[in-house]
Parts: sequence; C-alpha cells; structure tokens
Amino acid sequence: MSGVLRPDAGLRDSAPVDEPDLRVNRRPRIGWWVLSGVVLVLLAMFAHLLVTSSNIQWKVVGQYFFSTQILLGLVRTLELTAVSMVIGVAIGLVMAVMRLSPVAILSSLSWAYTWLFRGTPLLVQIIFWYNLSALIPTLSLGVPFGPTFFSGNVNSIITPFTAALLALGLNEGAYMSEIVRAGILSVDHGQTEAAKALGMSGRRTMRRIILPQAMRVIIPPTGNQVIGLLKSSSLVSVTSLPELLYSAQIIYDRTFQTIPLLVVASLWYLLVTSVLSFGQYYVERYCAKGSARSLPLTPLQKLRRNAGRAHLTLTRSSARS
Amino acid sequence: MQQPPLLDVRGVHKWFGHLHVLQGVNLQVARGEVTCILGPSGSGKSTLLRTINQLEQVDRGRIYVDGELIGYRPRGKKLVALPERDLCRQRASIGMVFQSFNLFPHMSTLANVIEAPVGVLRQSRDEVRAEALSLLARVGLGDKANTYPRQLSGGQQQRVAIARALAMHPKLLLFDEPTSALDPELVGEVLDVIKDLAREGFTMVVVTHEISFAREVADTIMFMDDGRVVETGSPEQVLSNPKSERTRAFLSRVL
Repeated sequence: MSGVLRPDAGLRDSAPVDEPDLRVNRRPRIGWWVLSGVVLVLLAMFAHLLVTSSNIQWKVVGQYFFSTQILLGLVRTLELTAVSMVIGVAIGLVMAVMRLSPVAILSSLSWAYTWLFRGTPLLVQIIFWYNLSALIPTLSLGVPFGPTFFSGNVNSIITPFTAALLALGLNEGAYMSEIVRAGILSVDHGQTEAAKALGMSGRRTMRRIILPQAMRVIIPPTGNQVIGLLKSSSLVSVTSLPELLYSAQIIYDRTFQTIPLLVVASLWYLLVTSVLSFGQYYVERYCAKGSARSLPLTPLQKLRRNAGRAHLTLTRSSARS
Repeated sequence: MQQPPLLDVRGVHKWFGHLHVLQGVNLQVARGEVTCILGPSGSGKSTLLRTINQLEQVDRGRIYVDGELIGYRPRGKKLVALPERDLCRQRASIGMVFQSFNLFPHMSTLANVIEAPVGVLRQSRDEVRAEALSLLARVGLGDKANTYPRQLSGGQQQRVAIARALAMHPKLLLFDEPTSALDPELVGEVLDVIKDLAREGFTMVVVTHEISFAREVADTIMFMDDGRVVETGSPEQVLSNPKSERTRAFLSRVL
C-alpha cells in the first residue's frame, strides 16, 4: 500500500483528539419569540371573547347542538356531499379520459365542460338548476326528433334536492376532471408501454395500471375537494333546502338567536371536516403502497413509540436514583 | 433455412416528423436463434425493436412474426390496421423487456408476473401463481415474491421484468438495452439470465451495447447506423472482421 495516496490519511492525522466538547450553539431567535408572544396574546383575547361573550350564549349552543332539526340538517348535508362527490368523481373520470383521448371531438367536449362549469359561480349554477323548469318545462325520453316514450313535468322530476345534487355534482365533476387528468399524466409513460407490450387493452391498462398509480396524485386534492364540497353545500340553503345551514337559519329566524345557531352549524362543519381530514390521511397512506421503501409512521404509531421511549427513560432514571 | 423465419422484417420505414429513423430495414430471425443489434445511439435500433410489437407503427414495409402480419390485415391491395383486440393478441405473444424495467410499482413482484397471464390470457390464478413462483426462482428471486419493485435493486427489477415477460410464453423475446440503466456490477446478473434463455432455445432480439455479451450469445449480429442496416453476420464476421468502415469505427470506440 506504500505510495498509494489514502485520501483520508491527512484528515485523520489533523483531527483534534482531546478537544473537550465542541458543542454548537444556535443563534437566539429573539424576533421569533416576540412574534410568538404577540400571537399568543391575540389568541388569548379571542378565547376570552369566546368564553365570556354573552352574545354567543353557549347555553343556547348546547341546547340546539343535538336538536332533531339540526341533526336532520346535518344528515341532509352529508347526503348532499356524498352523493354529489360520487357524481363528481364519476364525471371527472370520464371527462379526464375524454380530455386525454386522441379523438378531437371528445377532448374538446371535455374541455368545454370544464370551461363552462368551472367558469360560472356555483351559486349561480345552484339557482339555475333550481329554476330549470323555466327553461325546459317538460322532460321526455325518446328518439331524438322522433317519438317519445316517457314525458314528465320538470318541476316534479327536478326537486330542490335533485337540483342541488345536479348543481354540486356537475360543478364538482369539472374540478375532479382536472384532478384526475393530472393524476393520469403523472404516471410514467413506460407503464403504458409495459402494459401494452403484455397485450393489455387500453381499458385494462387504465383500470389496472394507470389509475391505481394515479390515485397517489388524485387523493390529496380530492380530499380537499370533499371538504370544500361539504362547505359549498351550504350554498344550497338559498333554495330553502333544509341542510345544516338552512336548518340553523330556520331556527334563528324564529328565535333571533343568530350567533349561537351559526356557532352550532360551524361547530358541526368543523367536526365533520376534521373527521374527513383524518380519514384522508389513512386513505393516502393506503394508496402510497409500493411508492416508498417503507411508509412513515402514523401519528398514533409515533405517539405510541414516543410514549414507550418516555416510559423507558422514566423507569431507567427511577432505577438509577 | 428450410423453415420460414420466426421474425421477418421487410423493408421497414419509419418517420418521426421529418426524421427518417428507419430507412428500409430488413431482418430475419430463425426460430431458436438470438440476434443482437448493435449501433450508435440514434441509429434506430430501439425504434426497430418497438415496431416489432407495434409500440411504434411502421410507415412502410411489413413485419411478420411466425408467418402472421403484425398490426395490419391485407384487404385487396391495401393494409388495414387491426382492431385493438387483435393487436393485443399479437403483442401478448411477443415478450418485451425495457431499458427502464417498467415494472408496475403498485404491485408486488409476484403480482407483476401474474397480472397479464390472468388478465389477458385468462389463465387460472392458481396455476399462474405456481408458475410465476418458479419463474421468479429461475431468475434467482424466489424469495422476493412479496416485495415491491422499489425495494429491489435495478438488476433484481430487470430480472423480475424478464420473468414477467416469460410468464406469457412468448414466441419471441425483445430486449431493449436491458442493462443500460444498471450499475456496472449489476449488469452481469441480468446478462446471465439472458444467456440461460439463449441456451434454452428462446428466439430473441437484443438491442445492446455489451459487445462481449453479444459475441458470446448471438447467432447473428446486426450493425445499424443512421436508420440503415450496415452489416449483418455471425459475431466472428461482424466483430472480428467488419467489412464496413463504420462498423470498424464504432467497434474501436466501444471496445
């Protein structure tokens, strides 16, 4: 080995051997501490307001929180959210595949769909569907420009609930189509080629190879959309559909306890969105299968592990003393 | 050659826009033989390979595999593109191994191998499973059936990709630079598997830059440059006594 230069030899020689303790100290961050203090004071003031303000009337909040009317409204809101999300995802899938298809008519149709439903306010769309009968008084099923088999009054087919579903679902479909499209585009083209080379049809490739991988990109914004949709569903209250917000409005129109009932509705919205974000975390984890060598721990697992460690150090230190 | 060749490529042309990437390529591969395609990058080797299973469509010329015209059906004097179902059937009988492996990352190794025989050939899952396990064992990965591709090294992934192609019982195996994306010390394990397949009599077309591997395994070597076949012959002829100046220049650069 003599004559061969060892790159680490010089380093090893010059390394300080008996230097006592070379601890590194961070610069103090006074600015951050001051800012945190200010924010904490503001928060405390807000909390103080929430607790002591007589206008909130926490007693009234408690009284109505589990009232039948509010709970029925909550169920209605959940129904609206779930069904229009399903409609939205279905439309989004179809529109995304259409948008990516080489057939010009399909891709421009999909583009136009997104353009229309994303380009007009949701509130306008809700009112529009609610008043559909003013545009198309009767609806009939049959051969285009030919005989009809079934015909009905639009006002009896499009109830306020179906109008709300149509508005929310169609609008959601426009956003979902962009999300799904981004997901599909995120999958490496080599995957399609490998599937083709194995003799898989285009549909099979989409279903078995592309979409499962696209899910990783699709799920996080979709979770966001679900939460957004839950809140947007309150817009439906303008059509007197007794969902959560309108149920609260009905009560406070009678009792004039506006603020407490808005707090009731807000707390319910917050509760549901919290549950949803919790669920989203686990769905994302499930979809990340195979994407990393090992998945990070869930907060619960971290908590358990840290608790285990804390317990260990505690028992150790108590054993020492 | 009394038997017709298993792969018969006749006068194939391909344009990418204005770029004439294949300029009338001919290639015959007899059953059970191995052909290695060499040539500088951009010479059309990969494109040629990809036309054989219709990942690229040819603009002129015809390709036959086992006597069957690939991708088209003659109708009168014209050729009509096959419907997707027939294309899939033809592709299912031609195995392909890619430079970048292209394993399905959301499926375990075993699921990668099983996917197409079950989904495309409609074979029973249990039978395919047993065969897939033995194929994985054959490429030296019997203990990795339940791992996901990202947990494997490049060489291991490429061996899974080979097992995946073999599970379809292809008539013809295409390798598109199977070791170019690998670390040098992993190249050998993949080449060893391909050598085994050659010994067992698989018909293969291998695009490669590994000259010594080509010398050892190929029955025929084809040298391509600029979308044309420069010369074809036994490894001895092409590698040791190249007729063309271009082949000689290329070999002197890579050897």
